This record gives sequence, C-alpha cells and structure tokens, in this order.
Amino acid sequence: MIRTLFLIIMLGLPGLANAVEPDEMLADPNLEARAREISRELRCVVCQNQDIDSSNAGVARDLRLLVRERLTTGDSNEAVIDFVRARYGDFVLFKPPFKPQTYALWIAPFALPAAAFAIGGILLWRARRRASVEALSDEEEALVAQVLARHGRGDEK
Amino acid sequence: MKRLFAVVPLAVAVVLGGFFLWGLNPERDPSEIPSVLISQPAPEFDLPSVPGVDVPGLGRADLTDNPGPVVVNVFASWCVPCKAEHAVLTRFVERHGLRLFGINYKDEPEDAATWLSDLGNPYERIGSDLSGRAGIEWGISGVPETFIVGRDGTVLYRYVGPIVGEKAVAKFTTALTQAGALERELGS
Repeated sequence: MIRTLFLIIMLGLPGLANAVEPDEMLADPNLEARAREISRELRCVVCQNQDIDSSNAGVARDLRLLVRERLTTGDSNEAVIDFVRARYGDFVLFKPPFKPQTYALWIAPFALPAAAFAIGGILLWRARRRASVEALSDEEEALVAQVLARHGRGDEK
Repeated sequence: MKRLFAVVPLAVAVVLGGFFLWGLNPERDPSEIPSVLISQPAPEFDLPSVPGVDVPGLGRADLTDNPGPVVVNVFASWCVPCKAEHAVLTRFVERHGLRLFGINYKDEPEDAATWLSDLGNPYERIGSDLSGRAGIEWGISGVPETFIVGRDGTVLYRYVGPIVGEKAVAKFTTALTQAGALERELGS
C-alpha cells in the first residue's frame, strides 16, 4: 500500500514541476493551451536549457505573460513566436529554423552517414572488382600450360 | 586517389582538433547569447521618469539626433553588481564626458531614488520600467546590461553583465572609443 502510494506520488511529481502560476493563466482554456504550447518552444534566456514554461526566472515569467497578452489580442502562434524571436534572436527557439546558417546542423546528421556508406561501398566494390581481375585470362592459362609442358610437370623433380 | 584517402584521417583529426581547441578556449563563454539588436535601430519604447528622481524619463525619441553616441544602461537598486558598475559609469561620465541614459528595470521607485541619492546620479535621463516590458524590447536577459547607441539611434554595441574589473572596463572602453562616445580620450 505504502509502496503504491509512493509510486503514485513519485510519478506525479514531474507534473508539479511547473512554473506557470495561477495568476498568469488565461481564462480561455483554448488560448491557455496554445500559450503552453508556445511556451514550451521558447528558451529561457537566463537558464538557457529550460523552456520558459518550466522556468522560474523573472524574464521567463515576463515572456509567459507577453505570450498570453499577444494571444489574447488575436495573434497566431507563429506571430507570437516571431515577436519574441525578433527581440531575442533564433537562440530562443528550441527548434532552430532551416536556413543557410543552419544547413550544416540539419543536413550533417544525414549527409555524414550517407557519405560514409558511399565511400565504404565504393572501396568494397573496387576491392571486389580487383579480385575478379586477378583471375588468369584464357591466353595466360594457355601460356602457363605451355611453360609447364616445356619444363615438365611441376611436381616432378 | 589512394594517396588522397591516406590524408583523410589527418584532415578529420585536424578539423576535430580545431573544434576541441575552440571549445576549450577559456575566453569563450558558452552561455553568451548573440544579440539581434546590433546594427539595428534601437527598439520602440517610452518610459516615464522615476518618481522622486529629478531627471526626465527615457524613450526611443531621446536616442536619436544626439550630437554623439550615447550609452543606455539597464540597472536596478536590487542588483548588487550594479552598485559596483555604478562607480565605473560615474567615472566615465565625470572624466570622459560620456552621455549616460538609464533604464531602471523592475525596481521600486522609492528604492531607486534612495539608491541614486546615496551613490549619486550619473544618468541624464532615467526611464522607469516597472513591468520589464521595455527590457524585453531590448532583449535583455538580466541586469546590468549596457548598450552603446549611435547618433542615428542605431545600436552599436551591447555589454552583458557588470562593467567591473580591468578586463571588462578595457573592453567597454575600446567599444566606446570605436563608437566615438568619449568626449575626452582616456588618460587625459
């Protein structure tokens, strides 16, 4: 019984790790859900590896309020994110945008293994082709037979 | 072709080594956030003066059409490093003719007034940012932060954290000199 209770409490704890305070929340559950969604995509500029949804920093709270304020004035999710991005840069986005500066970031994980497989494949293919080339041609077989015939069979001394 | 392949491991090692060297550099601050404001016009904001302090408030309009570059310093009385920085900024104003504007960030007006009367007020104008909204417009992540704004209202430079200590002061002085914000050169 105690164990079950302990388990329930422990499993419930992460849900409590929540910085959004009741006075910040919007009355409209729809808008509030969107605000939460946006807040999870925005990085807290003070505690850097936390999103503003779970950060207790002052600036994070201000940004949460700002997100909600923009939403209530009718902004779309993208418009709200762009508003914050215009002031804090791409750094506030947990998901970096796909643009020339971030091509390496987005493409490298796929391009590097692809290049490795390509180079490996080419090397293996070339090695196999060389092995098949090493077999004697008919002319060479004839020549060997001739030499052997002239000098007697190889196993006779 | 084969010879070329022989160089590949070396090339990989050099590139990786370069990254490691860059990562190990003690001067590099991984938590530093690049500012989007640099070379951009200063953000739109308009702040009232701090009650009890006898200098006017600060807005976007005060940052344009100045005879030279000005400095905008975000400070608060509750911010301990600001107190140390205050002495440095005061010296810049008194000795080198720096024009200093302030944004009083999320501060109680009475506390700010007491703080300024105790330490002296080097600021020409101070805007009271009670909600921290102007701070967001400036993209600040904490206090203190200091910006150099050009004559046309373009943000030229941003310093995050207190300008305290030899290194920081030297860095900021270089930026001020480059911007031409110092009336009298240092050492005079």
